[in-house]
Amino acid sequence: MERKSFLFSFFIHACALLLAVIILAPVVWLFIMSISPAADLTAKPLVWWPQSVDFSRYGILLSSVENSAGAAFVASLVNSILVAGMATIAALVLAIPAAWAVSRTPSVGWSLYMVIATYMLPPVALAVPLYFGLAHLGLLNSVFGLALVYLTIFAPFTTWLMKSGFDAIPKEIEAAAMMDGAGLFATLRIITLPLAAPVMATSALFAFLLAWDEFFYALLFTSDLRAKTLTVAIADLAGGRVSDYGLIATAGVLAALPPVVIGLVMQRALISGLTSGGVKG
Amino acid sequence: MSGTSMTTRAWLLMLPLLAVMIAVIGWPLADTVGLSFTDAKLVGTAGNFVGIDNYVKTLTSSNFQRTLTTTTIFAVISVFAEMVLGVLAALLLNQQFYGRTLLRGLMILPWALPTVVNATLWRLIYNPEYGALNAALTQIGMLDAYRSWLGEPGTALASLIIADCWKNFPLVALIALAALQAVPRDITAASLVDGAGPFARFRFVILPYLAGPLIVALVLRTIEAFKVFDIIWVMTRGGPANSTRTLSILVYQEAFSFQRAGSGASLALIVTLLVAVLAAAYAVLVRRTAGSTA
Repeated sequence: MERKSFLFSFFIHACALLLAVIILAPVVWLFIMSISPAADLTAKPLVWWPQSVDFSRYGILLSSVENSAGAAFVASLVNSILVAGMATIAALVLAIPAAWAVSRTPSVGWSLYMVIATYMLPPVALAVPLYFGLAHLGLLNSVFGLALVYLTIFAPFTTWLMKSGFDAIPKEIEAAAMMDGAGLFATLRIITLPLAAPVMATSALFAFLLAWDEFFYALLFTSDLRAKTLTVAIADLAGGRVSDYGLIATAGVLAALPPVVIGLVMQRALISGLTSGGVKG
Repeated sequence: MSGTSMTTRAWLLMLPLLAVMIAVIGWPLADTVGLSFTDAKLVGTAGNFVGIDNYVKTLTSSNFQRTLTTTTIFAVISVFAEMVLGVLAALLLNQQFYGRTLLRGLMILPWALPTVVNATLWRLIYNPEYGALNAALTQIGMLDAYRSWLGEPGTALASLIIADCWKNFPLVALIALAALQAVPRDITAASLVDGAGPFARFRFVILPYLAGPLIVALVLRTIEAFKVFDIIWVMTRGGPANSTRTLSILVYQEAFSFQRAGSGASLALIVTLLVAVLAAAYAVLVRRTAGSTA
């Protein structure tokens, strides 16, 4: 490579520093707000760094004293985990056989493209009938109902991801196992699924992160602690009459923690999943 | 195994997925189409058939036209800014500097932050009385008096766009970076020997590698931006004076706040159609680029 001049190197480092500040400042400020005494956050001029660090809000939100802010937060946390977990598992159970079938029998592929095309539908196009449907089934304000609705989003794209995963596994390996007398399902269980495990994990991760992030359907179809998810709980806090901004920030930090940890640890897998569509583009 | 039985087996394996998709997408979509020709309310009567009244009313209403303009402004400016900032950041992250691995890792932070948390965070930053933006700008002398960034029609949309860009440009950067790393070293070296300047090198050597992944990112981001709901609902609910009301917010208000299910449905289908046109336009674009770089 060519040698870079000192000036160029200085310029690059300055830009990198600027980018780091742009990325970090808002996140760090969210955390600082969560540990600053309430008085510091409403002081003028604003206190940027708390005189005394105050972690008590984390205790408040994660306590389960009845009818407290904590109880509501913990309930919504549990609901988010339940909905995301159920929707992810259901999406994979539906996606895996379908994705494998399309991967091995391209002649039925057109039906998959129709399924994937639905991914572009704005949720508002389905919202009113889904609302009537859930009401009819008694599934409004229920974690099961919400998980079912989330399949509209997750099933298409997990199928798409899984199909590209199966495409990467040579047919010949399966054929060899069948030749040795293994039936279709034995072949899939022993040969194909273990080879597809990384793609399955990536798909599951994406579905879980999307469920954790989803707001529109959760806002429409849940109304109280029995089913409200974290995103709705936080929007309530942000839009409500909470006087302590630190408490809102703390809820934000806690809700952001799982996806941020997953994102930092699994970055490579996530990026390759995100770009897998672009490779074929 | 014969071709027919392979096909039968494939359909059997796809059956559960297709059945669920028809139940949760196909039927609701068909029902929305049916509703859009009625004056049904969300609660109570099923409504009467009114023909294309809802569509005519929607398309000619100034509310719809203004909302369409707002949505287009939001989508075009945010996506354009995200693409430019994303590519610039990727070019930077592809250079040599101390802490490069760390900074590349940090880029995932805004993307991983849930949309609602991001919206809440920026709402706190823009707070008119105690927000960090007012405090920072006042303390460095760029602002005389605290402003209500989200409360004034003049600044609300721009403030939303900044919050949206901050969350989404790092993703574009990571996608572009992955593409940059696929550019073979000897090609860039050869272009240097041939005397290509930095701009010529970017245009003719690097950009062809970026085009494919960037167009996919552009498609996905534009469709998302056009459907935007979460960040706006949490930060402004479409206000002040409807200056940040986008199409999805308008549908929500019509169908759920005003409980006019029928006209809400017609509006939702118009939005769907607009998204479909966008997607089709991009599909053509993707095919053309794939043809020219392959």
